[in-house]
Amino acid sequence: MAKPLLEFTDRGIYCEQGRFYIDPWKPVDDAVITHAHADHAYFGHKNYLAHHLSREVMLYRLGDINLRTIEYGETVVKHGVSISMFPAGHVIGSAQIRIEYKGVIWVVSGDYKTDDDGISTPFEPVKCHHFISECTFGMPVYSWKPQTEIFTEVNNWWRTNVQNGVATVIVGYSLGKAQRILQNLDLSVGKVYTHGVIENTNEALRRNGVILNPTERITIESSKEEVRKGIIIAPPSSVGTPWMRKFGPYSFGYCSGWMAIRGAKRRRAADRGFIMSDHADWNGLVSAIDATDCECVYLTHGYTASFTRYLNEIGFNASEVHTLYGGEEEDAEAPTQPPPGGEELPGTQNNQNVSPLTSGGDLEGVGGAVI
Amino acid sequence: MKAFAQLFLSLDETNKTNEKVKVLKDYFTNVPDTDKMHMLALFTGRRPKRPINSTLIRTWAIEASNIPQWLFEESYHVVGDLAETMSLLMPESPGSSSKTLTEWIAEINQQAARTEEERKLWLIESWAMLDRQERFVFNKLLTGSFRIGVSSNLVVKALADITGIEAPALTHRIMGSWMPEDYTYDQLIQEQNAADNISRPYPFFLAYPIQETSEKRKSAEDVGNALGDAADWQAEWKWDGIRAQMIKRGGEIFIWSRGEDLATEKFPELHPFLKALPDGTVLDGEILSFQNGLPMSFSVLQTRIGRKNLSKKILTDSPVATIVYDCLEYAGEDIRHKSQSERREILEKLQAETEFPEVFRISSLIKFDSWEELEKTREQSRAMIAEGIMLKRKRAEYQVGRRRGDWWKWKIDPLSVDAVMIYAQKGHGRRADLYTDYTFAVWDGDKLVPFAKAYSGLTDAEINKVNYFVKRNTLEKFGPVRTVKPELVFEIGFEGINKSSRHKSGIALRFPRILRWRHDKPKEEADTLESLKKLLGEHGG
Repeated sequence: MAKPLLEFTDRGIYCEQGRFYIDPWKPVDDAVITHAHADHAYFGHKNYLAHHLSREVMLYRLGDINLRTIEYGETVVKHGVSISMFPAGHVIGSAQIRIEYKGVIWVVSGDYKTDDDGISTPFEPVKCHHFISECTFGMPVYSWKPQTEIFTEVNNWWRTNVQNGVATVIVGYSLGKAQRILQNLDLSVGKVYTHGVIENTNEALRRNGVILNPTERITIESSKEEVRKGIIIAPPSSVGTPWMRKFGPYSFGYCSGWMAIRGAKRRRAADRGFIMSDHADWNGLVSAIDATDCECVYLTHGYTASFTRYLNEIGFNASEVHTLYGGEEEDAEAPTQPPPGGEELPGTQNNQNVSPLTSGGDLEGVGGAVI
Repeated sequence: MKAFAQLFLSLDETNKTNEKVKVLKDYFTNVPDTDKMHMLALFTGRRPKRPINSTLIRTWAIEASNIPQWLFEESYHVVGDLAETMSLLMPESPGSSSKTLTEWIAEINQQAARTEEERKLWLIESWAMLDRQERFVFNKLLTGSFRIGVSSNLVVKALADITGIEAPALTHRIMGSWMPEDYTYDQLIQEQNAADNISRPYPFFLAYPIQETSEKRKSAEDVGNALGDAADWQAEWKWDGIRAQMIKRGGEIFIWSRGEDLATEKFPELHPFLKALPDGTVLDGEILSFQNGLPMSFSVLQTRIGRKNLSKKILTDSPVATIVYDCLEYAGEDIRHKSQSERREILEKLQAETEFPEVFRISSLIKFDSWEELEKTREQSRAMIAEGIMLKRKRAEYQVGRRRGDWWKWKIDPLSVDAVMIYAQKGHGRRADLYTDYTFAVWDGDKLVPFAKAYSGLTDAEINKVNYFVKRNTLEKFGPVRTVKPELVFEIGFEGINKSSRHKSGIALRFPRILRWRHDKPKEEADTLESLKKLLGEHGG
């Protein structure tokens, strides 16, 4: 049997024919990047290919890298293999990677959501034979409400806090959630203040030509009284730090899909949990996979085991694959802002960067990673 | 019910104690009195009846959700709460209902007399009438356990603010066995005394630990600095049994456990001495198994806890007696305000008069002139089948709940071994969807033998790291359990060790928990089954 166009290796998803990797987690020569989150865009590759709108954030996060960017729908050919990008709707600049060779089409979803968040280019289903999908929220208990409902709650909560003289801190990770929040706040309530990490990302996006609502970076000179009348957008890593405490008394809201579960919400000890995710919910995942008309679907990260079983039961040809994606799963559970390059993944010091189920050389036949 | 559902939501929406009390007060002032009492019952652990078997509820919920059963079970492991899982999986409904909490509970109770068919119909109609949050609360009512992350102390505080009745008095009034159907809000807030309900226990006074963990070990000097002159304190052994309040009033006897379960029938050996007590007597003490005048380890007592019928064999093998250490009511008078020493005198007098000194024992006082001397005595705890030492300030009143200041427990350090984590399972509630429940193993030759499960002892940050490790180092999956690459080593502490034929390792531990993560130890250096069995010889019963 001919070798599949894409295979799963201990460095990442590999195209032998085109001699490039997609979102590799170990240094390679040619890397095609779905989006700029740290668990997809690693440091150390020789050449990077990504979407235009990922450009400035990647340069900011990864430093001086050799980066080429393209537009959605544009095609790049490597050794006869066509590579093109389609919107994934996950964050600004996120792309699904479409790979075509001799009439066989593969699509790598990266992370995606099917709902339009008003700031990322909306998700577009792409027909393919093989679809490599995430399933971060691949359990039927996850079902998102329209974001207008959520932002009504957010804005009401902010308004109440201002009336009560309490500072408002809203937490979401710095690329994606932060801008989604920013663009949907009711600016008649007050000014938007940002944590430095978030403002750096905002600046990178603005350099990229993205138009964002006005924000003010919090510095040591910021007046506590003024900040209290506005809203602070902060990254998950700032929760409970002295930086955050100095704005007290405050009410702190957490924006994440994990907030759908009471236990997870209580664990974050947030005053308010807003159920809002940049990943597709259960129905979103199933409909996105269905829309590809794919023959085979591979699940990379999330509730892979259950979701794979379910897809097989309803008639898809699905299998689980093991990757290192999901390290920046939109919350503080995993490290949210690993330093660019050389990430230390907690608890895996000894076998860093290699999933035990794919290590050991023999990829075929291990943990369903056969393709 | 809308108000009750909103109460849940509002309590979830804040982490601040003052806010929570405010939310509770809002609820109390906005609902009918009968709803108040139902809420109070639920929030103080008085579970409603469960007329519908939870397996059936689950089955019908799966039907309503239109997903395969296995996926429902998997979802349950992610959510960690059955009522919540059901409410999340059922499709949203546009229905609405204005029934009060009292009306809903009455309807639930009526189901007892219905056929299975009728129950199903009622349940499906009810679900359709409720929105997601209401449905969650409704499912909670149906499936029982009401652990909601709000202590009964907070509820009492809110009620105290509203009624102007002091919290300790209110705490006392909501003790014992009452159900919202037979205890009205008016009765609760009207002036009354303990005698209104002869079975009613007093709130237990609980000791504060001198040292929380073995890592924060306190020396005699530390204790002296904190507690002052040794002469102001009385010391007793900390007995490892079942804490109980024993009541004789109006010719009747009642035995209450700490969890406010009426346990009178569980301890027939105590009945003769209790019946012989003067009316209007309330004692506080510990129930233990005794043989030949000596206390036996908790594991012996454990064999009869939870048994519905006490067979002759159990009564012979594990006879109980009580070690009493306090007297709360004497001659019908509440004497909790008297000093520890005065109460002790009364207790000694009562005990001196008993005809059952083998069963009505008294906790002997440990003589000591200095903290150093007491620290030495404490070393003998295990030999005394005690968990350590209790310290009580001689002039202390008998207070309500866990209070810092006058009652301290100075426990001995736990036994411990270093063990390797080999299985992990997801937790519940606050730990939903996180691998927090672990199984540990020690070496038996070149094999790892599981010997204990532990759920607690790690910080949230450590749990996150272990969770991350588990997800990336799973070797096999059996249902909810994951077999994990043996690599992480933890120090496991426990209070006691016993032989067990039910466990592969041949031993059973009492109250195992994680003391610390041994980052410094490779798995090869974990302890062996042999070293555990050696502890069995030294400390086992």
